[in-house]
Amino acid sequence: MSHLMVENLSKSFGDHLVLDRLSLSVKEGEFVSILGPSGSGKSTIFHLIGGLEIPDSGTFYLNNEKINNKRGMISYMPQSPSLFPWRNILDNVVLGAEIKEKPDYKKAKEMLMRAGLKGYENAYPHELSGGMRQRVAFVRSLLSPQSFICLDEPFSSLDEFTRLDMQKWLLSIWEQERQSVLFVTHNIEEAIFLSDRILVLSTNPATVQSEFKIHFERPRAESLLLTPEFLSLKKEIYLALRGELM
Amino acid sequence: MFYNSIKKIFIQGWLPFTVITVIIITWQLSSMFFSIPSWLLPAPSVILEEAVTGFEAYIHHVISTINLTVIGFLIGISVGLVVAVMLHLLPKLREAFYPLMILSQNIPIIVLAPLLVIWFGFGMLPKIIIIVLVCFFPVAIATLDGFRQTSHELIHYMQMAGATKKQIFTKLELPHALPAIFSGLKISATYSVMGAVISEWLGANEGIGVYMTLASSSFRTDRVFVAILFIMVLCLVFFSIIITLEKMLIKWQPRGKGEKR
Ligand SMILES: Nc1ncnc2c1ncn2[C@@H]1O[C@H](COP(=O)(O)OP(=O)(O)OP(=O)(O)O)[C@@H](O)[C@H]1O
Ligand SMILES: [Mg+2]
Repeated sequence: MSHLMVENLSKSFGDHLVLDRLSLSVKEGEFVSILGPSGSGKSTIFHLIGGLEIPDSGTFYLNNEKINNKRGMISYMPQSPSLFPWRNILDNVVLGAEIKEKPDYKKAKEMLMRAGLKGYENAYPHELSGGMRQRVAFVRSLLSPQSFICLDEPFSSLDEFTRLDMQKWLLSIWEQERQSVLFVTHNIEEAIFLSDRILVLSTNPATVQSEFKIHFERPRAESLLLTPEFLSLKKEIYLALRGELM
Repeated sequence: MFYNSIKKIFIQGWLPFTVITVIIITWQLSSMFFSIPSWLLPAPSVILEEAVTGFEAYIHHVISTINLTVIGFLIGISVGLVVAVMLHLLPKLREAFYPLMILSQNIPIIVLAPLLVIWFGFGMLPKIIIIVLVCFFPVAIATLDGFRQTSHELIHYMQMAGATKKQIFTKLELPHALPAIFSGLKISATYSVMGAVISEWLGANEGIGVYMTLASSSFRTDRVFVAILFIMVLCLVFFSIIITLEKMLIKWQPRGKGEKR
């Protein structure tokens, strides 16, 4: 298991300051969401943690080890599924593992079954629906050897119904695995439903503007979405976000 | 499955087939009606007759050309692939050699051919050099483009996952470029036959090019047409071999995108 700490992260593209001294931490086994409007710099945070871009300043610690400029330390699910079209589903989900070590096909098949993708092992990505592709990408990040998972708006391209199904499915898997997760979204309900803690980003430049602890018990059910506590929390976060936007 | 593909060939093939049939019939009829002399334009029936009766006499020419084409093609595409991989992996090398590669295609083969004979004599070597020169270019360019058009999203994923340069190349860039490589191979396959025939004009003991030169200098126009017929058949055969290989290797493309009409 693992915990992540980001300290004083700043990044600008040209004159455009995107992240300004942003700090955050994810404890072991914790599910933390970053909530922010489109273009606020959420994906950029992941690219920086993953070593794809170099920060102007800031330090990353994974299990107290500094991981600046080190690639392959976190398991990552990009905003688009990014599956390899020439690999069948089974070969796609083991890719993250394959890069680091010999992949475990038995475990992969088992995870695909739990993801409701049994029988699709030999299908190609173009034969799957959008929701199925997202599940494949998620299974791939679960099977990657790194235990810290970064998910970048995995459900943003899905319709409302599929989205809720996928959130329930993700919770059912995560509540068993309990890996540390940093989750990016611009959907308030999704953030509350899934997380232990929500970080609301300010925009231009982005810093953590406010933080909400979510105390709802796990395992969480769909009925939670309509409880007064849920709705009032939603309102509170909405106002925080809106206050920021105005 | 099988029935479907037969049906497809029939549906898609009937138009060109009809056009060719009409042309041949018109050709045959006008040869008969206007009694065009055979040395000027032989009728299709005359060409066919020569193709059948002269078979024993010319078949060794055809075999020799096939040999030359296959050897030249294989060397040519290997050179093309190696050049593409090197230029892709070493950007400095690409900067230096890419313009040179394009310039190499601007030298007319007809001019280059006699030079090659002066340097390398009348053996196999100058002929193979010519085929390699016409073959490597389409493959090299198509492969380079295939590498360069690799999706950035997928490259980013590989980098975030900690993939090495070598892994990115073998697991991502190479399979991604495969359809592009096959486009190059198809062009090279047809060029290679032309290259072989042209190289045989330089001076050779046998080959379709030799047979053609002999035929035209003795006004055996029917034989010239037999030669043309064989060049076309060879092109088609090489082309279909490449397409078959492509279908075997690239099974993952969505319908309509991967299928060539
Ligand atoms: N490589 C880059 N070069 C220049 N500007 C960039 C680059 N990457 C991101 N940006 C800029 O940084 C800002 C934040 O981008 P980012 O993709 O992180 O937003 P986001 O919060 O993930 O948005 P979305 O919710 O739409 O995915 C944008 O204004 C974008 O134009
Ligand atoms: Mg984003």
